Amino acid sequence: MRFPYTRSINIAEVEELRGARWREETGALLDAGCRLLALFALPGGAPDDARRSLCSLLCNDEDGGLHLLRSEPLSGYASLTPQYPQAHLFERELHERSGVMPAGHPWFKPVRFNAPWSDTERRPGPAENDFFRVEGPEIHEVAVGPVHAGIIEPGHFRFQCLGETVLHLEICLGFQHRGAEDLFLSAAPRRRVALAECFAGDSSIAHATAYCTALERLAGVVAPPRARLIRRAALELERLANHIGDLGAIGGDTGFLPTSAWNGRIRGDVLNTTAVLCGNRFGRNLLCPGGVRQDLSADECADASARLQAAYRDARAAVDVMLASPSVRDRLEGVCAVSPETARSLGLVGMAARACGLPADVRFTHPLGPDPQEAAAPVVEHGGDVLARTLVRSRELDVSTRQVEADLKALAAEHPSPVQAELPDRLPPLHLAVGLVEGWRGEVCHLLMTDATGRPAFFKAVDPSFHNWQGVAMALRGQQISDFPLCNKSFNLSYCGFDL
Amino acid sequence: MNGVYFLHLALALLLAPLFTGVINRVKAKVAGRHGKPLLQLYFDLFKLLRRGEARSTSTTWVFAVAPGVGLAATLCALALLPLGGAASPLRFQGDFFLAAYLLGLGRFAMILAALDTASPFEGMGASREACFSALAEPALFLCFLTLANIAAGAAGGAADAPSLSLSSMFAGQAPAAWLSGRAELALIPVALFALLLVENCRIPADDPTTHLELTMIHEAMILDHSGPNLALILYGAALKLWLFAGLTAGILLPELPFWPGLICHLVAMFALAALVGLVESVMARLRLIRVPRLIGGAGALAALTLILSHVR
Repeated sequence: MRFPYTRSINIAEVEELRGARWREETGALLDAGCRLLALFALPGGAPDDARRSLCSLLCNDEDGGLHLLRSEPLSGYASLTPQYPQAHLFERELHERSGVMPAGHPWFKPVRFNAPWSDTERRPGPAENDFFRVEGPEIHEVAVGPVHAGIIEPGHFRFQCLGETVLHLEICLGFQHRGAEDLFLSAAPRRRVALAECFAGDSSIAHATAYCTALERLAGVVAPPRARLIRRAALELERLANHIGDLGAIGGDTGFLPTSAWNGRIRGDVLNTTAVLCGNRFGRNLLCPGGVRQDLSADECADASARLQAAYRDARAAVDVMLASPSVRDRLEGVCAVSPETARSLGLVGMAARACGLPADVRFTHPLGPDPQEAAAPVVEHGGDVLARTLVRSRELDVSTRQVEADLKALAAEHPSPVQAELPDRLPPLHLAVGLVEGWRGEVCHLLMTDATGRPAFFKAVDPSFHNWQGVAMALRGQQISDFPLCNKSFNLSYCGFDL
Repeated sequence: MNGVYFLHLALALLLAPLFTGVINRVKAKVAGRHGKPLLQLYFDLFKLLRRGEARSTSTTWVFAVAPGVGLAATLCALALLPLGGAASPLRFQGDFFLAAYLLGLGRFAMILAALDTASPFEGMGASREACFSALAEPALFLCFLTLANIAAGAAGGAADAPSLSLSSMFAGQAPAAWLSGRAELALIPVALFALLLVENCRIPADDPTTHLELTMIHEAMILDHSGPNLALILYGAALKLWLFAGLTAGILLPELPFWPGLICHLVAMFALAALVGLVESVMARLRLIRVPRLIGGAGALAALTLILSHVR
């Protein structure tokens, strides 16, 4: 069933597709160019029934429409993955969460560490599985992690190498699985924004905005214009801080020290600008359902704007020094490229997809409000390599800075008005709404559904990392193993956002 | 004359860790940081010498003796060098072979120790080190041959002149010959400086500050070493850096009286340290597969100099 992304949908009105029709129709939409946003299972029929009603949520980037397809209660179905690789992790997750078997899945392995879903079966923990192996006298295997040399999150990487060349990389995550989605539903409603902010700490504002937007759409409320401007400014500041940090880290991994040292400091300056907005450098406690917690005075806008201008000037200079260095460009160009076809079939999102030439940006396909944007089109590069991912970040520095300055200017010029809309006490029963936000890494998707009494009963968060980790593995195929750290840094995916 | 030599040897043993300190300080200043203390490596060495050592159960005596062998080999190679222009009392005809292969022996010991740990990181590091040093060896010998050629010319064909000894090659003929119109000799210090960067795992060949095991060359080989043995390795690396800088400075400096010679030597050494720091600040590291081109470039420069110096 098709519905506009700004509305909620009554789940009771969605037809239960019989037999193989759910799979066929999902496949038909994917063939038509829709992207898979989420795959989940709802309890079907009787309480002791192990069968589940499968739901697939797809989005059409052309017109912004969402599709929700629902099956009759099933215990298994023919896997989508052989035809549609973008479903691959979603189906593994679906099985892990619900026990529904996608028959014929070619890469059927655990996604995260999960508590046993039945008493008789022990679920394997993270990296407790057989790895794909290449055999041969000159093949060697390198295992990295879950404990790494740097201060980063845990993940296990298994390389099959022929000399310095990587034939295959397998990535095992799940070490930080904390049951975030279940915790989210069991938490008191006023705690939920704080929890959403912790799904991926570097995307606090993106996740909080996604949750608040989903809740507002469920309630049929729209955040006031002033609140939307503050949210957008904060979101773009988050993008700036992370892009600046990443550009510095890419400099560090190539051994180009000046940019690495400078950007560490400049990232802090942008975080301090975020702190002007809400008192927290990562934007915690800025958002609340219905709007934002606090308005900005004209003085605060001017302060933030001045700080941002200074930080932007420094960042532009630091990044230009790096990108003008021939040795850096030589190091980045042609390394770990992903082709547009691979990106499309894996369903890559966000910055990683834009570096492959795909115009994937939900700020343009699914805007959060009617407010005009500074940029007319997504920032797209065509190389698909580390250089392209670096250039997308570098160009987005300009776009995002212009956007934040325009928003701050508008906020300072306007007369203060309410920044919070009142939410109704009761949400409509059996409705589902989706919050889609373009975080700095890519689209953050939150999906919220109410039960028959109008209480949130089902919640699902999809971090962009969930779409993109397979892209890292594919990018490294046939590349040098010594390029892996740089390639990984150029994606800079979240481990905890994936593990949830 | 031996007194001057021993003074220079003592200075090398004493000041080698400072060389690394100067490099780090220059890098920090260019990047706008304060940087660690100039004497940090001395502090690290003293700290490590007082520490205990953790040793993996999979290692054997090879792992335990390698750092000692490596340091001893580097020390012996250093002793053959005419530091500050003072001829080594150990010199003999052809001693540059011994010096080069003493460095090779030290590297061999470290490679064995790396393989002894059975760690995939160390194995990769060992394979890279073996590959790049094998490529660097001909380039180094081409430099030595050119210098021997000049030294033989300076000796005027006297049959007993030990022109194939490092002490004759670095006795100040090179700058003299350069001033007399042999401009091609200016390429030799360039080639030696490139070899200094490659052999001492500096940018652009390797990144000494990286924490990423998969990209390391030399650092990957010493991941499992700790305590006093790590101190031996770090000190050996500092001496090796001093040795290569001494080779480069030895060509640049003419024969000078004692005090000016000593001062010029030290100034030249620390200027080279600053130069290494500057190179590391303004360049990214090369892709690993491009490193052989850098070594090949150094070798080509040396070969060109040899040909040009023969043509005359």
